[in-house]
This record gives sequence, C-alpha cells and structure tokens, in this order.
Amino acid sequence: MEDFLNAFALISNFVLVPAIAYGSQLALGALGVTLVFAILRFSNFAHGDTMAFGTMVTILVTWWFQSMGISLGPLPTALLALPFGIAACAAFLLISDRLVYRFYRQQRADPVIYLIASVGLMFVTNGFVRFIIGPDDQRFADGERFIIRAREFKQMTGMAEGITIKVSQGITVVTMIIVVAALFWFLNKTRAGKSMRAYSDNEDLALLSGINPDRVVAITWILAAALATIAGTLYGLDKSYKPFTYFQLLLPIFAAAIVGGLGNPLGAIAGGFVIAFSEIFVTYAYKKFASYALPEEWATGGLLQLLSTDYKFAVSFMILLLVLLFKPTGIFRGTGV
Amino acid sequence: MKQRVLKSLMALSLTATTGSVFAADVKLGVFLGFTGPIESLVANMGPAAEQAIKEVSDSGKFLAGTTVTAVRADTTCVDSAAATAAIERLITSDKVSGVIGGDCSGVTTAALTNVAVPNGMVMFSPSATSPALSTVEDGGLFFRTAPSDARQGVVMTQVIMDRGIKEVAVTYTNNDYGKGLADAFQTSFEAAGGSVTISASHEDGKADYSAEVGALASAGGEALVVAGYLDQGGKGIIQGALDTDAFETFVLPDGMVGDALPAAIGPDLNGSFGQAPGTDSEGAGKLVEMATGYDASSPFAAESYDAAALIMLAMQAAGSSDPADYKDKVFDVANAPGELILPGELEKALNILASGGEIDYVGASNVELIGAGESAGNYREIEIKDGALSTVKYR
Repeated sequence: MEDFLNAFALISNFVLVPAIAYGSQLALGALGVTLVFAILRFSNFAHGDTMAFGTMVTILVTWWFQSMGISLGPLPTALLALPFGIAACAAFLLISDRLVYRFYRQQRADPVIYLIASVGLMFVTNGFVRFIIGPDDQRFADGERFIIRAREFKQMTGMAEGITIKVSQGITVVTMIIVVAALFWFLNKTRAGKSMRAYSDNEDLALLSGINPDRVVAITWILAAALATIAGTLYGLDKSYKPFTYFQLLLPIFAAAIVGGLGNPLGAIAGGFVIAFSEIFVTYAYKKFASYALPEEWATGGLLQLLSTDYKFAVSFMILLLVLLFKPTGIFRGTGV
Repeated sequence: MKQRVLKSLMALSLTATTGSVFAADVKLGVFLGFTGPIESLVANMGPAAEQAIKEVSDSGKFLAGTTVTAVRADTTCVDSAAATAAIERLITSDKVSGVIGGDCSGVTTAALTNVAVPNGMVMFSPSATSPALSTVEDGGLFFRTAPSDARQGVVMTQVIMDRGIKEVAVTYTNNDYGKGLADAFQTSFEAAGGSVTISASHEDGKADYSAEVGALASAGGEALVVAGYLDQGGKGIIQGALDTDAFETFVLPDGMVGDALPAAIGPDLNGSFGQAPGTDSEGAGKLVEMATGYDASSPFAAESYDAAALIMLAMQAAGSSDPADYKDKVFDVANAPGELILPGELEKALNILASGGEIDYVGASNVELIGAGESAGNYREIEIKDGALSTVKYR
C-alpha cells in the first residue's frame, strides 16, 4: 500500500500536477487563437507576442502597485493588475486591427494574406515589447509560492515521495475554469455572443440579418486580448516572463488549437491538455515509478523511458500529424485548416 | 563619362580595402547575438567590445591616426543562415577589416567555415567555447578569448570530485555549446571514476520543462549538472527541480554563472556551486570601473573587450589592417614577452607597438593564447552563499 501511495505521489509530483498547469496555460492560449480563427477566419501568428504585450503591461502595473505597497496578501499582486493589462492589450489589438487588418477585410483578402500580415504584426509587436521592457527575464511574482511543498508533504505523511503544488499552479487551474465558463456563457447566452457565432457560421447571412460586423470584430479582439493577457500572466507567474519565450509558446499553442479543432473552443481546451500530457507522459523515465509499483524482481537497470526528452516536441507534432491525417478537422469538429 | 567616374570610384574603394594602411577609417564588425536566446548577455558584450574600439579610435595613435568604427551585425545565436548572411554583409558591403564574434558556437562555426575562411577574414570570438572549434580548418584566421570547453570539463570534474560527489545527472542546452561541454565533462568525469546517471538535453526558451525535470529526477544522482544558460532553459530546469524536490545541489558551468540566477531562484540555491572563466587579476576590476552604460562583470563582457583590443593591437603590430598581415601578429601581442597591458592602457600599448616594442596583453580576462589561438582559461570556482555568488578559489 505504502509503495502504491509513493508511486502515485511520484507520478503526481512530476507528471500530473505540472501537466495540468501547463495544459491550462496552453488551453487559454489556444482559446484565443481559435476564437480569432473562428470569427476573423485566419491563423493569428501574432498571438504569442500579443500575450507578451498584455503581460508586459500587467507587469508594469504590478510593479507600480508593489511600489505603492498594494498587495493581495498570499495571492500575487499581478491578479489585481490584470484588468489594466487586458484593457491596454485590447486597445493595442483594436488599433492594430484598424491599421492593418481592416484594410484586408475591406478587400475581402484571402486568409493567407491575413496570415502573412499577422506574421508582420508579430515582429512589430515583438520589437515593441522589447523596446519597452527589454529582452531580459522579469520577475513580478509575489505572495506565497507554494500551497504545499514536497519536503513538508514528506514530513507530514512520512512518505518517501512528496507532492509540490505551487500557488501559481492552483491559480492557473482555477482561473482557467472561471474564464472558460464565462466565455461559454458569453458565447451561448448573450446577444453579442450569439451574433458572433452567427457571423462565424455564415458571414453574408449574418450581415443580411442586421449584425454589425465592426462590432463583432471589435468584441472578438477584446476577448482575444483578455484571453491572451490572462494566459500570458498566468504563464509568467508560474514560470517567468521573457519576451522570447512567449514567441516560442506560439508553436505548442497552435498545435493545441489544431489538434482540438481550429475554430472550436471546446477543442482548444482539449487540445491544450492533450499536448501537455503527451509531452510529459511519453518522455517520463519510469524507472523510479517502477521501483515502487512493480515487484522487486522485475527491476531493471534502465531508465524505462519511452522516448528521450529530446523528442518531446516530436511527440506533440506526431499527434498533430496523426490528427491531421485521420481527422483533419481536429478531435472536436473545427473548421479545418 | 558617368561610367568612368563610377569605375574610378569602384577602383578607389577597392584600394581602400586592400591597401588599408592608407584608409582613413578602419571598420570592425561586432558580430554578436543582439537578438535571440543570449540577447541579455550580448547587451553587455557588445558595448564592451565597442568601448575598446572607441578607446583605440579616440587615442589617435592607431595606424598613424586612423579612426576605428564598429559595425554591428546580428548572429541571432541560433540561426546559422541568418548569421552567415549577416557576416557576408559585414565583409562584402561594410568592408570590415576584422570581426569580433560570433558568440554561440554553432553560428560561429557556420560563419567561420562558410564566409570568414573563404574571404580570408579574421574572426575573434569572445564566447564560443565548443571544443570542435579547436580543430576546425580555419587557416589561422580564428581566435577566441574564451577557453575551450574541453578544459572546462576537466576543471568541473575536479570541482565536483573535491566535494566528494561521485554520481551526477547532466542536462545540457541542445546546441554546440551545451553538447560539447556535456560530452567533455562526461568523458573526464567517468575517467576520474565518477558516474553520470543520465545526460539529457533541453531546448532553450521553451514553455515548459516538466518533462525534462521528471526524467532527470527519475534517473537520480547526488547533484545535477546544468550546462545551459542562466536566463533560459537552465533556469527553468533548476526552478522545476527545486519545486518538485528532485535535486538540491546544482553544478553550474559558465553559462549558468551570474548574479541573476540566485536573485531569481532565491535561498534554495544556496550550496550549489560551479565555475566560470574568470581571474582575480586587476584587469577585470579595472574594466568594471571603466564601464559606462553596461555591466562589465556580466559573463563574456571582459572577453569581448579583450577580443576587440587584441584585433586592433595585432593590426598595430603588423602596421596594417589587412587580415592576411595581422593574423600572424595576434599571438605576439597576446603573449609574453613584452610589457603587460591592462584594460584602459590601450593607448600605451599602441605607442609601444608603434615604436617597435613588444607587449603582453593581459586585458580584463587574463588572456594567454594557446593551441589554435584560444585562451588557456582561468576558472573561478564559485559557490552560492546567502543568495549571492562567492568565490571559493581560482583554478
């Protein structure tokens, strides 16, 4: 029994807890990508850097709060600063829509032209963020760091293996659930949400029935800004803030959105978790786990690792490839790529 | 008529590059990763190199009053194609007479073999430490003020063994630097009777390192050797390993040594140790005092200053800014015999060379060139105590 509990603690500590937190972060990012794809019909490559921009504003406001002595006690101050980050990010996206995408919308340009325009915007945002906050790591987390630490857990239970749960991981999961619930409520129950879905289903029909396209587009960008800023801030709290990393986040986020089905919000969430879990499960070395879970005489000297961690990214892209081969619209029916 | 003017202009510019003694201005390429994974280190390396250039240029003693200007180009640290294009531009369009850089080993090798060697251009890297660069076919054109990691592997083995640790796990950043250092270390550590439980790579700038930490924890070991970068994957791995209680002690090679790391991780890092190129020479301190607008104690900033200084001193000794002439003088100015030269004394060195004397450039990083033109390497053994780097001793 003791062995079994140890094995479970070990797997939770190194696989389950990190994968759930990482999956939530990816899911929030993928939701933003998928929303823009569903309504504006293009893959927004600037999403990673939009996250960096929103988070940057959040960080600057957090520092301002910290300097004034405002804090949330055990919770990070950044949560208080989030609305400011979202507002600034929304303004930024609306301006960029006005300057860049609106032109192409009037031309009824192909999606691929939007995509290239978004790559351009990605580089501009990228430079803009570095210009303001610099390329370095920034720390803005404060408050308590751990809900429970592995060392304390071991002392409490007397077990050989401990479980660590960080405050940031807890906040990430709770926020993810709240945000997703709010988003679904908005899309399904409110007038604005319904008009967005109508616009997404059939643009011409929606225009005929009197839906104001500018309004739909604006709401989409505001939602995308909120999702990007929340995802970016949670990620920054859990790991660290560095513009370059946010640029790199784009790949797993897109993998998650496509695996789940581009354009389908449920799929984005599922995709986020599929990518996070597969990356960690397949490359984990089960040597220690086996030493607890299996009888002693079965022990081997090897690491019992299915794939070396070098191939971690290959795993998510293999899944992406398989999904595209056998179910091109993604796990949940999306619009297809 | 127009064409003739053009032709003569072209001829003029040609003579300007070949007969550079008469050129009014010598250009040096500062070829570092201004964007990309080590952009935060380069923020101090670039200005350090440019300070040496400015010092020489302002002295008015360089090649009979020639001025020197720096031209920046971006290696990106990771993208060999971009780096190759950038150095191509430096040589063919900016017409530089020497290149300070590149920075990361991978892009440096690509730029060297594809562009610098075919064009007969001298490259002087402050930070490329891959052992492979010691044996690369460089036609005597490649130098570095950074030591090879083959040497660091040996030093790190001693540092670890001296603490009675015999079993370690290794993770390295997946590039020429990380792989080269990890392999050099593993060979040397196993030869000394230690064992390496796992040697796993990690990618820099990625979103999540839980998978790597999980695998390393499962393999186990008394300490974790992190051959990465302190503001990149290396930090992510350490943070993850501490959070999950996988390892308590970390061994930190040069890419991981910096004040930012204990500041970011906190007291949990106390007791971890490592080594980085460094000396207790007065040169290092002098450069820190001289530095304006950047941090000269940041890794490889001193080496950058020295690389720039050595190129210009070699030019002065050869009396020419043509790479073919001055490449053979680099060893002469870097090593004994001669008068010892510290940072800030470049004007003095230029004077000595102009009058036919000899110098032994010590610089900020205690330069002593060996082998194929690389620094012999002085290492500073460090330990993290009370959240700050403290020097144990020099090796």
